[in-house]
Amino acid sequence: MNDKVLLAHGSGGRLSHNLIEKYLLPYLGNPMLNKLDDCAVIELNGRIAFTTDSYVINPVFFPGGDIGRLAVCGTINDLAAGGAEAKYLSLALIIEEGFPIADLERIIASVSSTAKEAGVLVITGDTKVVDHGSADGIFINTSGVGVIPEGVDISGSRAKEGDKVIITGTIGDHGIAVMSQREGIKFSVPVVSDCAPLNGLVSDILKVSTAIHCLRDPTRGGLATTLNELAVQSDAGILIEEDKIPVKDAVRGMCEILGLDPMYVANEGKLVVIAPPEDADRVVEALRGNKYGKDAVVIGEITSGHKGRVALKTRLGASRIVDMLTGDLLPRIC
Amino acid sequence: MNQGRFNQMKYIDEYRDTELGKSLIKRIARLSKKPVKLMEFCGGHTVSILKHGIRQLLPAHIEMLSGPGCPVCVTSVAEIDKAVCLARKHGAIVACFGDMLRVPGSNSSLQRAKAEGADVRVVYSTQDALEIARQNPLKPVAFIGVGFETTAPTVAASVLHAFTEGLTNYYILSLHKLCPPVMKTLLVSHEIELDGIICPGHVCAITGSKPFEFIGREHDIAAVISGFEPLDILLAVEMLIKQIENGEHTLENAYTRVVRDEGNRQAINIMNEVFETSASYWRGIGIVPESGLRLRDKYRGFDAEAAFEIEQPSLKENPGCICGEILRGVKKPYDCFLFKDVCDPEHPVGPCMVSAEGACSAYYLYGGENE
Repeated sequence: MNDKVLLAHGSGGRLSHNLIEKYLLPYLGNPMLNKLDDCAVIELNGRIAFTTDSYVINPVFFPGGDIGRLAVCGTINDLAAGGAEAKYLSLALIIEEGFPIADLERIIASVSSTAKEAGVLVITGDTKVVDHGSADGIFINTSGVGVIPEGVDISGSRAKEGDKVIITGTIGDHGIAVMSQREGIKFSVPVVSDCAPLNGLVSDILKVSTAIHCLRDPTRGGLATTLNELAVQSDAGILIEEDKIPVKDAVRGMCEILGLDPMYVANEGKLVVIAPPEDADRVVEALRGNKYGKDAVVIGEITSGHKGRVALKTRLGASRIVDMLTGDLLPRIC
Repeated sequence: MNQGRFNQMKYIDEYRDTELGKSLIKRIARLSKKPVKLMEFCGGHTVSILKHGIRQLLPAHIEMLSGPGCPVCVTSVAEIDKAVCLARKHGAIVACFGDMLRVPGSNSSLQRAKAEGADVRVVYSTQDALEIARQNPLKPVAFIGVGFETTAPTVAASVLHAFTEGLTNYYILSLHKLCPPVMKTLLVSHEIELDGIICPGHVCAITGSKPFEFIGREHDIAAVISGFEPLDILLAVEMLIKQIENGEHTLENAYTRVVRDEGNRQAINIMNEVFETSASYWRGIGIVPESGLRLRDKYRGFDAEAAFEIEQPSLKENPGCICGEILRGVKKPYDCFLFKDVCDPEHPVGPCMVSAEGACSAYYLYGGENE
């Protein structure tokens, strides 16, 4: 009985098969995956969205989630941000020799429960084991495909003057939750990661408005960076109000202590929604009806001035530019 | 508890209150008649002023200049070279605060040394550095002591810990600097004629207010000790303007919730026990007498410069970079040809763009909409 992942688990031989049959299929199995063919064969109609992402977060378990949940949510949310209904995922594991099997099993169980929650299937995958020191515990890559419903046209380039900018909840929770676990930070923070699959949230708002212009999940680089990307892509100005932006007290406190700005701290369960003004109230209401959008709020609007830039109205009534994140705020948070 | 009567103090929101802020701004506008030049000594003040948009809200004839109060910014190229040398040549585990990593030396930085295999670790306190020393008894561990009177006592305390424990592998590269001497140097030079100074609140929390009284007494300049929240700064500006308009120049304390006249005696005693003053080179300003701290003879065994042979590098700075003039309040980041085009937080040429409290970084990140 081995309690660590061995190089042989990635050799393609008997141990590899054992690993897949004992620790992967029981959690992830479905008729397509169970065939264990070299590729999965699927039938889809309409416009297809396709995305991929790799997950290297350290630590792999953090308050509110783990690398498995993150690997499912991150990819589903990228599809959701394109307005696509996520259908299928691939799952590729790169495991460092010596990684505890029990941790692997916990991560796969988390992949399974998150995929079930989101209603997607893992239909193909791969497992590699590398020498001790060639990776840090476990790295995961997931790719996802989804179908974009008819009439939906969402892109970062579609923001129009007068549109409302909505955030679906408090910012910075994920980055601070992960940071609180880092070596050298020895105080506990009552904050858990917001890591969550947002496909349900997107389908809820598309029910009340198919005229949504932009959706994006503000992950690395935080809200500030995402808004800058949207301003550039749409060649529009964005004006947001400091006192409208929802930030948990604990997140704000930790940011003050560490000299961080919550606007640049990562999220894994939030969306920026840009919608025409006449639909904004309906969209916010629909968001608030979903547990992952209960704190949704309008934080600003698209303006004709300062094209390609984001301005912030401070509490005192001054305005200043909000730039993209520069440098590295927190390494390996996703 | 009755929440209505005993509202929990958050110590952030109270000092960012919109209505109080607006009324202070109105009062300042009403009081202020003549053009004035004010210097905020601290980088922390500069950041807060830009981040909250305070500069735009003040009357245009109140000019705000940044001062040299950013410890990373005034650290010289030569001092960075010394830290890099410790990591590269002497195989020391170098522990430092995160800000120091990216500051360019003459041809490298701690970040680059780290990428090349040197053992450089970011810590959040000297206690973490001590812990690294305890866990690696066979390796020298050098803490890069950067900071003003605010951080020096914690570094001194770590030396006392190491002394008591008998740790023999813990070293300090003391690059500490003291604020009152450099302020004296700036004022004596008369390079800029200031009407008022916002004094460093956290430094004064340690030193007390006395070391800054010379500003009014010897230089006829108004001075107010300020905290770092927008209302703190607005209150300090109002007090300065009042003094200036009334022809007064004394030291006032607008940060009474933190700063006491006598300062923090315990911190001062620990600092004095471990360190003695020495001349120190400030980037952009030059050698300032008695503005540095070196370990006293009793604790010389913890002095990295005494323990290791460190090349004495040149003091040459990048010729295009005007960090020096910015630190002296002579120029603003916008006056620099490198600003934004060549020098940005991703590719900093000078330290004022690296440190989160650097004037260039603050102007870059939070520069007003119309600037």
